[in-house]
Formats: sequence, C-alpha cells, structure tokens
Amino acid sequence: MSEIPADLHFAETHEWVRELDDGTLELGISEHAQASLGDLVYVELPEVGAEVSAGEGLAVVESTKAASDVYSPVDGEIVAVNEALTDSPELVNQDSYGDGWLVRIKPADGGLPANLMDAGHYAAHIDSES
Amino acid sequence: MPFIPHTEDDVREMLDSLGAERVEQLFDEIPSDLRIRRLEGVPAGLSEQEIGRLMRERALGDRSPLSFLGAGAYEHHVPAAVWEIATRGEFYSAYTPYQAEASQGTLQLIYEYQSMVAALADMDVSNASLYDGASALAEAALMALRIQRKDTTRRILVPASLNPRYKSVLETICAPQSIEFHELARDDASGRIAGDALANAPDAAALVVAQPNFFGVLEDVDRLERFARERGMLLIGAVNPTSLALVKPPGRWGENGADIACGDGQPLGVPLSSGGPYFGFMTCRRAHVRQMPGRLVGRTRDADGREGFVLTLQAREQHIRRSKARSNICTNQGLAVTAATIYMTLLGPAGLRQVAAASHARTRSLVARLESQGLARRFSAPYFHEAALRLGTPAAPALERLLESTGIIGGYDLGRDEEALADCVLVCATETKTEADLDTYAAALDRAVDKAAVAARA
Repeated sequence: MSEIPADLHFAETHEWVRELDDGTLELGISEHAQASLGDLVYVELPEVGAEVSAGEGLAVVESTKAASDVYSPVDGEIVAVNEALTDSPELVNQDSYGDGWLVRIKPADGGLPANLMDAGHYAAHIDSES
Repeated sequence: MPFIPHTEDDVREMLDSLGAERVEQLFDEIPSDLRIRRLEGVPAGLSEQEIGRLMRERALGDRSPLSFLGAGAYEHHVPAAVWEIATRGEFYSAYTPYQAEASQGTLQLIYEYQSMVAALADMDVSNASLYDGASALAEAALMALRIQRKDTTRRILVPASLNPRYKSVLETICAPQSIEFHELARDDASGRIAGDALANAPDAAALVVAQPNFFGVLEDVDRLERFARERGMLLIGAVNPTSLALVKPPGRWGENGADIACGDGQPLGVPLSSGGPYFGFMTCRRAHVRQMPGRLVGRTRDADGREGFVLTLQAREQHIRRSKARSNICTNQGLAVTAATIYMTLLGPAGLRQVAAASHARTRSLVARLESQGLARRFSAPYFHEAALRLGTPAAPALERLLESTGIIGGYDLGRDEEALADCVLVCATETKTEADLDTYAAALDRAVDKAAVAARA
C-alpha cells in the first residue's frame, strides 16, 4: 500500500478531495480505486459550469471491462476539469493524487463536508472493505 | 457454440445452494401488486401443428402480388445463396452469444458487417445493428442529446416529410424523456424541406435529414449540413442503404458530413416478410463513438499475436453500465445482419450500384409512362426510386380497385397520413420489375383510376 497523502480527505466511495488556496476543492479517485479498476481507457468529465450535487455522479472512469461513477462529495459548481485526461486517461493510474486529478469544484456553501475521512481513517476503511 | 438448457438436476442444485425451494421464490422481493398473473389479450399457447397451420394461412394471405409499394420497405432480388448461407447451423441464431469471444466466427461476421456499412455510409464507425430503422433513428436522437450535453435544448428538428412510422416511433421512445420534436414543413412544390422553415427554426440539439425523404425526394443535403453546422446542431441522416451506392453518402454531406447516420437495413438482402423482422443500422463519427448505443466488435491480437475479434467499448453497454447504459433496447438483429453481410459481399460495390441504378431507372421509366397517361408528379425535386403521383381522384379506392381486379399492389395511399395528399399515390419500382411489369401496371392503373373517377361521379 502506497503512502496516502496526509493533506487529503476521502469519501467512502474512494474519491479524494484537496482544499486549494482559492477555496475550491480538487477531486480525484484514490490510489486504491485506480488499482482496483485497472488500466483506465476513458474518463468522462462534466462541463465547466455544470452544477453538481452531493452524492451524485459527476464523472465516469472507465477501464476495459468496467465503468464506475465518481460521486461529488458536495453541492457546488464545476470550475475546472482536467483536460489532459481526454487524451491520457492513464494519468489517473500513474499519479492518482497529482496529475490524475479529475475536477475542481466551487462548493455552494464553502468548506469541506463533514462526512469525509482523513488519511488514517481511509486506510482503515480500505482494510475493512477487503 | 452449444446452447444447452438447464436440466431439472441443474435447477435443483442451484436452488439448493441458494436455500430456495422453488424458482418463484427468487421473485419474492417484487411486490405482489406489481406482478402480472396473466396477460390480458394474449391467447393460450398453440401446438406446433396449430401454429404451423396458422402461419401458413397468414403467409398465403399475402399471396405474391406484383407490388409497387415502397414507403419504407423495399422489394429487391435476394440471391438464393444469401439465405442458404445465413441459415447454416453456424450462423442460424438471432443473437450474439453471451461470452461472445468464444464465437469468433460470429464476431468476425459482425466486424465485416460494420466495415461494409461504415464504408457504404462513408462514416467512421458502425455498431452491430439495432432493432429496425425507426428505433435506430430514435436512438440517434437520444445519442445526439448525450453528445450535446446541453440541458437547455432538448429539441430536435425533424422534417415533416419523415416516414410517418418513424415519427411515431420517435414519439414513443423519446417523448417520455421530455424531448421535443419540431417539424420542418416541406416546400409544397419541390417536396424538400422548405427554406423558410429552416430560417424560422428554433434552436435545437440536432437536425434530422431523411435522404431520400418519405416521398422519395432527394434533399439538398449540402445546404442542410451548412445550416446545421452554422446553428451548432448535430446532423443526423436517416438514409436508404441502397441509395448510398449512387448518391452522396452522409459522411460526405457538405463540409463535415453527418454526425450520425442510420436507417433500415432491410433492402440489403432481407425479404419483406409481411413487415419484419428487419434491422436498423447506425454509424457515427469516431469522436461520438462512446455515446453510440449497441454492440461494437473490434479486431485485435491475442497474447500470442494471433488475430482475433472482441466486443469493444463495452462500458457503454447494459451488461456493464446497467441503468446508465447508452441504451437498454439496443438488441441487434444478428440473423438479418448475417444475411445483409452475405448480400453485400455477393454484390460488392459494383453490384450494389447496379441495383441502385436499375431501381432508379425503373422508377423513372414508370413515372414517364404514368406522366404520358396524364398523371403528374406531386413534387418536382429529383427522386431516387420512389415518387408521389397525383391521380386526380382519391387514391384509396383506386388502389383498392386495382388490387381487386388485377392483384397488383399499386403503391402507398398518401392520404393515409395527410388529407391534402388524398389523391396521391407513392410508387416504387425496383430492379425486380421488368418493362413488361411497368406496362401492365400503367395500363391497369389507368383503368382503375378511370373507373374510380366514374364511380365517384355516379
């Protein structure tokens, strides 16, 4: 198991969230999630400006035999998407916590939702699922 | 690949491992008020002997008339080899097997089919077929909305001259998804989409172009492509596959070509069969492939470097995506597609062009005969292998009289769909009609129209 960055927050559905300086939230899928999916062949991203709701799918990550929804942890608006994934979905496999980010969200009511886990709790969550 | 049903022992074993007594218990979680005990209006089962007799009687009811009916399904010569090969045990199934890769022959056939259809339409990608032409168009409409991703405009422009059966299928499939169809009126002289209908058209996600349209008329597709492009609409072509051997294919319409092209594949080797089964074909640009419904076969190499065929991009499909699949009614028509693939292979591009050219020539020849008898074309624009003619008397009784007195099916009564066209008949003559057939028809129609006119005056 690789190191889980301590500055990230995690959802039960294996998304990670990073608070950026401008108050927006960067979102991706965890190292564990990318490893479970296998080589990604396609990432379907929302449009910039799209409204998202907590608990609803905002993107789809697709490997050769499976497609999984990526859920939004918050209500908000998509302010950026990682365009590089259109041509290089493998970035999610190679660097899930960095270059493999998916979207940036401006949360509707600011701040981080309370139901996210820190790195330690997320590691325990993975263990409990396996 | 064998299809072996479960034995009673198999069923018992599976139930035991689930701890269930009866198969019915597996459905216990469905609330009883949602379960249908019996289907109203569905008769009891028949024995093989009874059903055989019923089907023979129904088939005899069709007789084998000399038919000048088109209107969406077309009588073409089907070489005997087509169905001789298609009904061999190796091919004779309506389905692509589950665990598809174990059936390399089936997948290769679909791959060849896709390659031929994509080449015919001059589009990048074809799927493994859909249910029929009308549902393929409905799927194309849904696909266009997925590509556009704009929640604001769920409107699609559709020509008023689209096949009325296609219109009703579009409504049935798309209306519950709050898609609005805006009809573009025809120019009543040419039969094409009217220029002012385009100029006044509201914003829309896509424009549907039928080529040829229901009246057999060829649209000015380059102009329509420019209109769609300038207005930011996707362009959907609903095309006749035979015509593509002769007229500009949708991939080459205007500057960019169509985004999606679909149609009914029946003219490619599938007999009329009292209305079906036929198959729908669907093609698109490469950029849109992930939004396309249906199965898609690709060619690849296995771990040992040997060529093989696989289902690809399956994450679009219902067995992977379930409720988020691109479509859940994207049944392909394996057997009809098998026949079409053999048909296209036997004819080749040159043969298909001959069929298209002969059909066009026969229809022109028929129209010329009827014009010399005083009938007039209803629309002035060029046509492919079907034309609307004004009889000068209501078409329905004239066609009925013709059928009764001579056994000839004289065409399609356009008054069925539009009161203003009640004196018009849509006629089609494919390569199956000889010059003698055309003479017979022209003379018989002349008499039937005269008698109908006399009867109307009396």
